[in-house]
Amino acid sequence: MSRQSLAKAHQKIQELSWEPVYHEPYMKYGTDYTFRKAAKKDPLKQVLRSYFPMQEEKDNRVYGASDGAIRGNMFRQVQERWLEWQKLFLSIIPLPEISAARSMPMLFQAVPNPELHNGQAIQMIDEVRHSTIQQNLKRLYMNNYIDPAGFNNTLRNFHSDYCGTIGRQFAEGFITGDAITAASIYLTIVAETAFTNTLFVAMPAEAAANGDYLLPTVFHSVQSDESRHISNGYATLLMALSDEDNRQLLERDLRYAWWNNHRVVDAAIGTFIEYGTKDRRKDRESYAEMWRRWIYDDYYRSYLLPLEKYGLVIPHDLIEESWNQIWNKGYVHEVAQFFATGWLANYWRIDGMTDEDFEWFEYKYPGWYDKYGKWWENYNRLAKPNGHHPIVAEDVDYVYPHRCWTCMVPCLVREDMVVDQVDGQWRTYCHEACRWTDAEAFRPTYQGRETPNMGKLVGHREWETLYHGWNWADVVADMGFVRDDGKTMTAQPHLDLDPKKMWTLDHMRRMPHVASPNVILNEMSDSEREAFVEDYNKQGPAGRPAGIGGEALKS
Amino acid sequence: MTTTEERPERSVPKPAFTDAEAGAKEFPDSGPSARHYNYFKPAKRKQTHYEDVTVEVQPDPRHYLTQGWIYGFADGSRGYPLTWTKLKAWGVDEPEPERGPGSGGKPVENWPAHGWHEFRDPNEEWELTMYRYNANVVRQINQNVENARNAKAFDQWSQNWVRFVERNVGAWMHIEHILGLYVFAANNRSGPTNMHNTAMAVNSEHKIRFAQDLALYNLTLTEEIEGFDGAAHLDAWNNDPAWQGARKVCEALPAIRDDWGESIFATNVVFEPLIGELFRSNLVMQVAARNGDYVTPTVVGAGEYDFDQRDLRWTVACFAPLTQDREFADHNKELMNGWLQHWVPQCLEAARTMQPLWSQADAKPPRFEDSLDKAKNRFAGILADLGLETPKELSQ
Repeated sequence: MSRQSLAKAHQKIQELSWEPVYHEPYMKYGTDYTFRKAAKKDPLKQVLRSYFPMQEEKDNRVYGASDGAIRGNMFRQVQERWLEWQKLFLSIIPLPEISAARSMPMLFQAVPNPELHNGQAIQMIDEVRHSTIQQNLKRLYMNNYIDPAGFNNTLRNFHSDYCGTIGRQFAEGFITGDAITAASIYLTIVAETAFTNTLFVAMPAEAAANGDYLLPTVFHSVQSDESRHISNGYATLLMALSDEDNRQLLERDLRYAWWNNHRVVDAAIGTFIEYGTKDRRKDRESYAEMWRRWIYDDYYRSYLLPLEKYGLVIPHDLIEESWNQIWNKGYVHEVAQFFATGWLANYWRIDGMTDEDFEWFEYKYPGWYDKYGKWWENYNRLAKPNGHHPIVAEDVDYVYPHRCWTCMVPCLVREDMVVDQVDGQWRTYCHEACRWTDAEAFRPTYQGRETPNMGKLVGHREWETLYHGWNWADVVADMGFVRDDGKTMTAQPHLDLDPKKMWTLDHMRRMPHVASPNVILNEMSDSEREAFVEDYNKQGPAGRPAGIGGEALKS
Repeated sequence: MTTTEERPERSVPKPAFTDAEAGAKEFPDSGPSARHYNYFKPAKRKQTHYEDVTVEVQPDPRHYLTQGWIYGFADGSRGYPLTWTKLKAWGVDEPEPERGPGSGGKPVENWPAHGWHEFRDPNEEWELTMYRYNANVVRQINQNVENARNAKAFDQWSQNWVRFVERNVGAWMHIEHILGLYVFAANNRSGPTNMHNTAMAVNSEHKIRFAQDLALYNLTLTEEIEGFDGAAHLDAWNNDPAWQGARKVCEALPAIRDDWGESIFATNVVFEPLIGELFRSNLVMQVAARNGDYVTPTVVGAGEYDFDQRDLRWTVACFAPLTQDREFADHNKELMNGWLQHWVPQCLEAARTMQPLWSQADAKPPRFEDSLDKAKNRFAGILADLGLETPKELSQ
């Protein structure tokens, strides 16, 4: 490292800031935000002369630990229950990371403050690091873990699977639409500042408890970069706040970004931490406890609330509702149950819950057994093929849910489901906040204001639509979730690798065909649809049909 | 006498023997042949580490993207449109699979679906390589500069050479910075595959680092040489007529409208050899030693190596196949020739406005015309590597 102080060096590189004289740069990415006042200083104070050696040193530690893990036979102690969920997580996360790199130039253009561009460029480099280091970790798992299926076709799986599509919001949302909405509010202000705490800190801690110390090695190294990105977001937010015209857009985007992050991240990471662990010590934190600490206290109370005095309108109602969903409405449990219901549509093995797990859940979430216990007992009963169908096609008092058109997680808290006709199509939403996102926020006008740069929600957002009327064996084969014998499924609802206990395409072929809830919804008459909504809202918890006593179990 | 206090047992996770390592059991997919990423075809017989961490991370609806892109821009474009350059690779005019109710996922039948996916960065850059490389460069530069400082090497510089370095070597940092941030980083959102975009991001790192290397070198010289004006580079960049031609064409590069291909081509194929190497290789590197300066060439040489050995390599690997494309070779050659007609005269004009720089030092470099001829020959060689004819504009 040079003898020059970092502050002096950083001050010097500000002389590089470019004010165009002969040609204005092409503005490819638009925003409806305006930045007319209050230039901010680059908060990172980072120069590449110190950055590259620092990152190299971090890499050396990560790769040294990787070698050590293999030499030390780490995989003799890794819990399969845990590592199976990494087939999902590590298929998703490299794309959001590289998308974050791709999003930085959107900010170069949208935020007219050359001093901030240095920090954004360093974030771009960090994100290339994160994406490729995570692809590499997955490669290591594939090479050394007992069951490589699901890791070896990881990106095809991710691109084919409904869970992957849910996860893709955490990528496409960073790089598409209004540049500030995407790359600043959704990515840095909410995803990175709030939810990387559970993604990259809480979850790796759980990995270590399950014998996997490589995930924490890689992700804590990643998280040490995130603090820089949080600073980038904060500087941009303060600039945006200084312009009165941005307040309405900030309020819109915080509501969208907060709710979408809650729906997506809490669904996935909550499930991994609660249902992917074998660590059932009563004094280890539950996801709800972690959420309260990392997100409610550290993010909401310590980061967001102080911004109120600068005029930021904080979505207090949605933050409290997110907690309500997690604590009172069983959001994470409902999601884990749905993952397990649909195990056959995925590419990892899902272990059933045992008596020890039941005891822990009841201790951490009083009343859990009455809601979910019976269903998980059925899951275990139906785990190995024995003349019956997979659980989704058996009668276990579970109504297959509709999907939320916006967040694409199913509408699992049944009483919150709403429908609306948008763009000529009847759509179900898991919550009013998701309906608002689709029907009101992602539109070219918002509350009477022109928002010509706002993005759109597009694509085939209900996975089942694509396979409506298909035989399940053909669905699984079409997605490629089959092992190298050509018939045994990648996914299994248990961890037993005895080929005789594993489900095959032959078992799938006997099942009823796939039916798309949304296709069926759009075939209903108005009165049928009204009756459907009324019935749906009475269902649950744990997907129970209406009218069988579930009402009493709802908080 | 001491007593040992009984402590309650600490609550820690209990390791358990799970035997979950490779090879512990036999079942479908347990063998060694199942332990490789199987969703793409490698460029060579064996897939590389670089390919494993890069290929297919950025989805393509023509491959496996069952539900399609799920966010769109206001104008309806989504994902990474192949139309964000006018260049074409074989297969791009084939329609995307049409997916809808009951269609299934329509996964790709023949991978890759189009020629863009054939590109591999010959530098095989990913995070491990880019940090190792750049960390080595900054360490070496620091050592060189520190050694020169201790050896009082700057004392040997003449006043004219001090002025040359403070103004002209200083002015070059701005070009590297603009190209790094507003050409290469700016376009890393636009390329058709992860391999293209990662190569652009890494190229951007080289440029931004080199710009900062020059800025911090400038700071050291300000501290070490009495009378060295650390702000003179700003005056040269903003006001010196000898720099305005290069500045004008440099600023035109980020102004290219909506075509990442033209941006990279114009920068690395045209601007860099005709202006970048003209100044760096054919002036600074030639004249510094004669003026008692053995330090500046080591700083500038690092940037030269970036371009010559890495940035130009990936650029040629990216564009050369397009001129031989089995479907669009003529289209691409015509397009690139059009770009040459547009950018070569601008760069030559800018190069000529730099001519006064060749006479500023006491010990003179080779003649400007000889330096320019060398740059032109180098440029013609790059065009030959790309399968392109030398444009008549080069003789201007």
